[in-house]
Order: sequence, then structure tokens, then C-alpha cells
Amino acid sequence: MIKADLDFTLPAAGGGAVSLSEISAGRPATVVVFTCNHCPYSRAWHDRIQDVARDYANRVGFVQINCNDATKYPKDSFETMEQRVAAGEFATPYLWDESQEVARAWGPKVTPHVFVLDAEGEIAYEGAPDGYHGAPELREWRGEPGQWLREALDDLLAYREVARPRTEPIGCSIRWNEANADLDQGPSPAELW
Amino acid sequence: MSESRAIELLAWSGCPSHPVAERQLRGILGELGLHDVSVATSWIEDDATAEERRFVGSPTFRVNDEELIPPDPSDAYGLTCRVYRLSDGRFSPTPDPEQLRDAVAARFASAPSGR
Repeated sequence: MIKADLDFTLPAAGGGAVSLSEISAGRPATVVVFTCNHCPYSRAWHDRIQDVARDYANRVGFVQINCNDATKYPKDSFETMEQRVAAGEFATPYLWDESQEVARAWGPKVTPHVFVLDAEGEIAYEGAPDGYHGAPELREWRGEPGQWLREALDDLLAYREVARPRTEPIGCSIRWNEANADLDQGPSPAELW
Repeated sequence: MSESRAIELLAWSGCPSHPVAERQLRGILGELGLHDVSVATSWIEDDATAEERRFVGSPTFRVNDEELIPPDPSDAYGLTCRVYRLSDGRFSPTPDPEQLRDAVAARFASAPSGR
């Protein structure tokens, strides 16, 4: 059961609209990824996020949301989202939070920022998709190797408590529109690896 | 006009890549023996300055206000993380080390260091 303040229905690139409560119904886990088109961190992690979505598609609901202010980042326009979806770049619905109301409710700090809901609609994991945005073979550079999103999903699908419920998301600061300017958080945590 | 022996690292604090970029750059300078080339960071923190400095994203490397790695002509000026491509085509928030190394070497390695 999705909590009312986290539920949403948003337009999807490629047509139609997607409701979180619908895609999560009857699923032991649901993934919501705040991402975008312009950010090199989102682009660097993109393929591995799609791999996770494909690998868990039979049991996990999965959506990706672009919440950036497209007036500040023209590459984050809905038109560009549609082009990427048409090109087959997304394994899940890619949704447009133009008003940023959904982002305001969820509170992503950067793109990409991953949230995993359990069967009860509670946030069971949030943070980065995995331990390093670069090549997987370099992931140990950070000293905390891990397929963090996959590990969280494996825990939930095995009806275990998520062992690592929170990691530090690393990525591009979200540019908020004027209505949400109070959410500007200043400098991003520096990338340390 | 004399050639500056300095590299300007333009960065936006909303992008977390600047420590990695600076470490990468200093490592390359050391590897190339360019110990007289200084590195100075200029923080770009508002849209007006980004426009004025023709800033296409963090990190950006310049010598005498010229790009060491020219941006894509379609890149808009603004506060953003800059998108680079690694040699194998993958996206990255920092340049391909070889590309940056070659750019630094081409700019400085053949010039006298004054030592």
C-alpha cells in the first residue's frame, strides 16, 4: 500500500500516464529512480540501472522520473525524454515530474537517487544505485564495493530486512523551479573516490 | 602575449566531481614533470557568471581562458555537471585521463618551463 503522500500519477515519455500505486500493486518491491538526461552521473549509471530493471522485471515494479527544471536544463525537456525512450534507452516507464511536486514529496538530493519501497510501501533502501558510477571493475576504488540496489532487492525478495538501507547518493544537484527554490541544498557532497 | 603556466579549473559546487578532477589534473602535471604549472580553481555559482564565463559545466579546464578540452557546440552555458566521454564511449563526469593528459601535454610539454 503506497502512502498517499508518496503516490503519484505522472505522464510517461512515449505516451500515457503511470500510477505508482498501480505498478506496485502486489509486488514485494518497487523501485523509483530520480534521474535525468543531462547529468553525467545519471548517464554513467544509466545502463546498469536498466540492467537491474530488466533482471528483476518479473517481481519488481520500476519507474524512472525526470524532475529537473527544463528551463534551466534544456536537455531535461520532455521532448528529449521522448527521444530517448523512442531510441530504446529505457527498460521502464520514464516519467515527467514537470511541477516537481513528486520530487518535493520524495526528497531526492541528486540525480540519480534511488528509492526502493517494500511490499508495505515503506522506503527500504535509498541512495546510489551501486558503489561506483564508473566501470564496474573500478568499483572497489571507493572501498565500499556493492551492488547496493540489487542487494536491497534480493533482501526484499527473500523476505529479509534490507541489510544496507541507506547509502550516500552521488550525482548532479537537482535544479528546482521557483516554486520549490526552498529545496536548494547548496553544494553537493564531494565525490571522494 | 606570453603563455600562462597556469591551468584554471572552473567548477560548480553543485557538482561533486571537482576533487576527482583536480586530483586527476595534478597527477597528470606531476607525471609530465610540469611542476611549474599552477592550478587555480574558479568557482562558478550563479547563472549570470556561467553565461559570462561561457561555462558549459563542472569541471572545465582552461589555459588563458581557452578550453583544454573543447566542449560540444550544442552544450549550453549554465550551472551543471559537464558530460565527458571516455575513450570507450561511456559517459563520465570527468574527462578520459588520456584525453586530458594529451591536452595538457600538447599545451605545455613542448614549451620551455623556464627552469
